[in-house]
Amino acid sequence: MYEKDGNKYFIVDSHMHYWDASPENWVAGHENHAKGWIDCFHAYQSLGPPETHWTIEHFYKASEEDLMKDVFEDGHVDKAIFQPTYLKEWYTEGFNTTAQNAALAEKHPDKFIVNGRWDPRDGDAGIKQLEEDVAKHGLKGVKMYTAEWRDGSRGWTLKDPEAYRFLEKSQELGIKNIHVHKGPTIWPLDKDAFDVSDVDHAATDFPDLNFIVEHVGLPRIEDFCFMATQEPNVYAGLSVVIGGFMHARPKFFAKVMGELLFWVGEDKMTFGSDYSIWEPKWQVEGFVDWDYPSDEFSDYPRVNVDTKKKILGLNAAKLYGIEVPQECRLADEGAPAAPDDAKLVEDGVKV
Amino acid sequence: MTVEAQILTALEAVRDPELDEPVTTLGFVASCTVSAGGDAQVRLRLPTYFCAPNFAFLMVADAYDAVSAVVGVRHAEVILEDHFAADAINAGVAARSGFVQSFDGLAVAELDELRADFVRKAVLAGTDRVCRPLLAAGASTDDLAEMTLGDVPSTDDLDRLRSRRVELGLPSDDGSPLLVDTVTGEGIGAEALPLHLRRARLTQVNTEANGSICGGMLRHRYGTQVQGELEEVR
Repeated sequence: MYEKDGNKYFIVDSHMHYWDASPENWVAGHENHAKGWIDCFHAYQSLGPPETHWTIEHFYKASEEDLMKDVFEDGHVDKAIFQPTYLKEWYTEGFNTTAQNAALAEKHPDKFIVNGRWDPRDGDAGIKQLEEDVAKHGLKGVKMYTAEWRDGSRGWTLKDPEAYRFLEKSQELGIKNIHVHKGPTIWPLDKDAFDVSDVDHAATDFPDLNFIVEHVGLPRIEDFCFMATQEPNVYAGLSVVIGGFMHARPKFFAKVMGELLFWVGEDKMTFGSDYSIWEPKWQVEGFVDWDYPSDEFSDYPRVNVDTKKKILGLNAAKLYGIEVPQECRLADEGAPAAPDDAKLVEDGVKV
Repeated sequence: MTVEAQILTALEAVRDPELDEPVTTLGFVASCTVSAGGDAQVRLRLPTYFCAPNFAFLMVADAYDAVSAVVGVRHAEVILEDHFAADAINAGVAARSGFVQSFDGLAVAELDELRADFVRKAVLAGTDRVCRPLLAAGASTDDLAEMTLGDVPSTDDLDRLRSRRVELGLPSDDGSPLLVDTVTGEGIGAEALPLHLRRARLTQVNTEANGSICGGMLRHRYGTQVQGELEEVR
């Protein structure tokens, strides 16, 4: 919980990691990929305030103590949602797996929500694994990388029939939240790996599932926004948005936030620190203090305490059924927050 | 002008397709040398080891064409550095292979369509840059719907918008509408115009945001202030 000026914010970090990128975990023959990957993440960290930068050695692997302190003690986070990233081609034990996350979650009850993953290319074995994972970890969400290259496959899309089979299974097993990585990525080579049109299809056909597009489709925010504005169950995951822009490029941050608030709306945006790329402390504190820097932004939707409460925790709490203490809730829970100009879009557009 | 200087000038025409900025101002040109005999070597670098290989390929291929066309260059070599697909890209461009052949078994389509998609985005973003000052100066959206390219005072942004429209084969003479559909080239009517402008602004914001991320990453990677980097006043 974070308190400022008498307002209490319940913080859900809806996108964070506990990874091991240390050289001992690099797969022989893939050292360049393993190193390139973590170097790239480390470069992202450089976009945060200098006093929050880590050495690359520290960045390879945060300890359990680091994580608990950075996220909960210093970082104001009430509940953190682990998103796995396997990358077993490059990291022997995986970069950040559900099992590793679950082990930590077990040691610290009530702190974490453990998300799983699936990949339609795993077929029957994948379905079986998903059933086991749900039974073991009680999954409410999954994180997927549609652009992940594997065994000659150049990735997949959420509208593939095989993916629909997994979406149906997810729904049947009680999973509500589908986090999709649409952001900085590598493969496939020959088509636009950032394409979000598959989310559009799946979101329409699975209205009871929520689709949280992590990194808001960066570097294709415009495609994402235009899709999200038409789908009630598509959310904007702000990981990288706050971490990558708020400090380094405040003016661009204001524009990106303004666009997201206009097209997606404050009820459908969720905070994620992307730890341990960035620590949550400066992101939470900075965002609570944030407002548009000048009149130049006057035609974007306004932000107030309720906007920030929703984005920093209440929206994600709703998605995951997390109970929020009374003192952190909105004064008026019934207030509508859809963007004023939604009608403009409905009337004027056919995609 | 020395041959090196001519090469750097030629490279100003090579753009990052996604950011719609020259590789020279983005800081992507690591070095440029020419031997007495006219053997030119240009080295390119990108913000990350994993920058999208399709865009990287386009930039290396375009740079190769630009350098080869400089009078005084007998043989051109363009080398992408520090990239996971550098070997495939460098060899493919040197052999004048297409993208599909350079990435044997991994790619199924050439990149022309991708490039065109991004020029369309550049037209939308450019539309925002040209129209916003007009709106700030008091023009109404109805006014904009009536305006032609010739009605707009000449600026760098207008020239740039016009040249991107030329690339796509969209109407671009003085008599053509200021606002056109980026696929069909037809004028945008007054009714559809507010949303079109909203999309244009969103596209411009996205381009700026990407440019700022790329600039920050490149600076971290190479420890240099990037020449011409999109700066903002803090």
